[in-house]
Amino acid sequence: MTDQTTDVPVRLSFRQRLNVPVVTAFGCIVLLLVVGSIYSPNFLSPEYLLQQLKVGAFLGIIATGMMVVILLGQIDLSVPWTVTLGAMMASAATAYGPMGEVAAIPFGILCGLLIGLLNGVAVAYLRIPSMIITLAVNAVAQGLMVAYSGGFSPQDSASPAMKFIGAQSTLGVPHAVVVWIIVGGLAVFLLTRTTFGRAIYGIGNKESAAYLSGVPTQRVVVAAFALCGALAAFGGVLLAGYAGKAAQSMGDAYLLPAIAAVVLGGTSILGGRGSYLGTIAGVILITLLQSILSVMQIAEFGRQIIYGVIIVAMLLLYGRDQKLR
Amino acid sequence: MSEWRFWFNSQRGTLLALAIFILTFAIYLANHPAIVNNGLTVQGVGNVVQTAANKGILLALIAIAQTFVVLTAGIDLSVGMIFVLCNVVASFVVVNNLGAAWGFDLGPVFGPAVGIVLVLLVGIACGAVNGAIVIFGRLQPIVATIATSAVFFGIALWMRPQPGATPEFAKALGKVMLSKVNGVIPASMVFLLIVVVLLWIPYRRSVLGRATYAVGSSEAAAYMSGMPIRSAKFLAYVWSGLFSGLGGLYITFVTSSGQADQAAAGTYTLNSIAAVVLGGVSLFGGRGSAVGAVFGALAFLTIKDLMFVLNVDPLWQPLLQGVILLIAVSIGSARLFQVRNRLELFG
Repeated sequence: MTDQTTDVPVRLSFRQRLNVPVVTAFGCIVLLLVVGSIYSPNFLSPEYLLQQLKVGAFLGIIATGMMVVILLGQIDLSVPWTVTLGAMMASAATAYGPMGEVAAIPFGILCGLLIGLLNGVAVAYLRIPSMIITLAVNAVAQGLMVAYSGGFSPQDSASPAMKFIGAQSTLGVPHAVVVWIIVGGLAVFLLTRTTFGRAIYGIGNKESAAYLSGVPTQRVVVAAFALCGALAAFGGVLLAGYAGKAAQSMGDAYLLPAIAAVVLGGTSILGGRGSYLGTIAGVILITLLQSILSVMQIAEFGRQIIYGVIIVAMLLLYGRDQKLR
Repeated sequence: MSEWRFWFNSQRGTLLALAIFILTFAIYLANHPAIVNNGLTVQGVGNVVQTAANKGILLALIAIAQTFVVLTAGIDLSVGMIFVLCNVVASFVVVNNLGAAWGFDLGPVFGPAVGIVLVLLVGIACGAVNGAIVIFGRLQPIVATIATSAVFFGIALWMRPQPGATPEFAKALGKVMLSKVNGVIPASMVFLLIVVVLLWIPYRRSVLGRATYAVGSSEAAAYMSGMPIRSAKFLAYVWSGLFSGLGGLYITFVTSSGQADQAAAGTYTLNSIAAVVLGGVSLFGGRGSAVGAVFGALAFLTIKDLMFVLNVDPLWQPLLQGVILLIAVSIGSARLFQVRNRLELFG
């Protein structure tokens, strides 16, 4: 036994092995649950926790795409209307008879993918800063949806398949949570076990170095933005299934929480560093925080203030930049 | 001769924004129903310009606010919320009888004046909070300002759950600020000119102003050169808060009420980014000017209003606006056409 341990050449220190942001975020989740359970024992019931996971699943899927883009050192501000576009297009396809019902989910995702492709090509090949181009693309997507829907919430309702994965559950387990687990598993595989994932981390650290190492950086960036667009639209499809139909500006409430969840999970907004486990923690943390604040019947203004203060406080704990030397 | 070329090169973005603004505003004037119907009279043009100016100054002030932070290579996503918070505060304190509740009445002249100072102090305080978190907390500006804007919104909502204003609100002052000087020049544009001349130009020429540009160009190089980088960045956020506060003050003159409007805050924040980009301020920092941002804001609003006078179907207006915004900012910021070496792309 002792011989084997001496073979290990480098031993990481306890602090190096410990992922501080992820541990802190999970610690805060436990703390929130403890505080909540003192207020009301219902907070620890499986029904409540599964309900929170279901609400968090929509944010989780959208945040997955956002995380891939943030890992590149970019940002996607077109998420709000990509979510809405995915929901509206999937509902629109449903209106076209039985064939449309089958194609609804893929069609919604495809539309989001196209938006993401547009972002990606502009960022990777035209070299427009992502903050600007995604902002403009968001305006275009909004314009497209306003022109399509006439400024009102469309009458088309979600297809049965969308309702099945968005709203229903089997044996108490909401299908949306299962979908999030599948998406999350694929994301972990993609980020840690494939060359595409390594390339994303590489580009986030230094794009020129990744390029000189033979990574097709421009194609990777386009693919990452396309993935983000597709996942945002998929989140919209699920939301439409959950609510029964699409609505104007249903995606607006997801942009800032998605960024906040990714960053609270320890992913650097400058790119190149971060784990999916952290994003899961960030999503659960934000969902729980919003839920507990509303259950405690704190007025909206108090919720906003506490929400902002907690994000700043947590980031001050572990999200600080290196000191300039 | 060569100095002239340097000046032109550094002001290229501003001049382009000015050109776009003049061109679009000329088309706008030529197609405006009031002028098409009544001919080109001084009175008619004055009215159209006044309406456009009173709308334009709001975005222009917010765009200046955004400029300060963008020059340091940061971004301030809370300008819209500081604007809304100052609007709410102004609806309480810019009154003709300030202090009456505490037994001293400042009267209709000093009352509003002290109220305005209070509103601007709130703006400065918000900017200082942002600056402290970004500089001393060493958080990334984009995340820090997202979080602080939630706090600012909470405070605004706490003060005014419902839109409204106190009955003693200084409406007369608001009317003056939105009127026309000599019956031709809009007072809001005079105000904007005074603000730029009294605040922006001295700032641009001061050591801290130049340090702001230096920090934006290369923070490490500025640090090595012994520039006061911390004070420069902190001051940039404080100025940003002050100008957002001025914007919040002005919208209170327009609406005579205060409203904790989350949607308006988001729109103003996003439009301010579009305006600074149109105005030739580089999001990578260190390039551009507040004057450019003002023209960028005015051009942006004129493009939006152009749809209205050209009788575009209202349903298609958002899409056209989006496409025009997309094209304008893409041309302004695409670096593909400026690089000579492939590796420069990654810079």
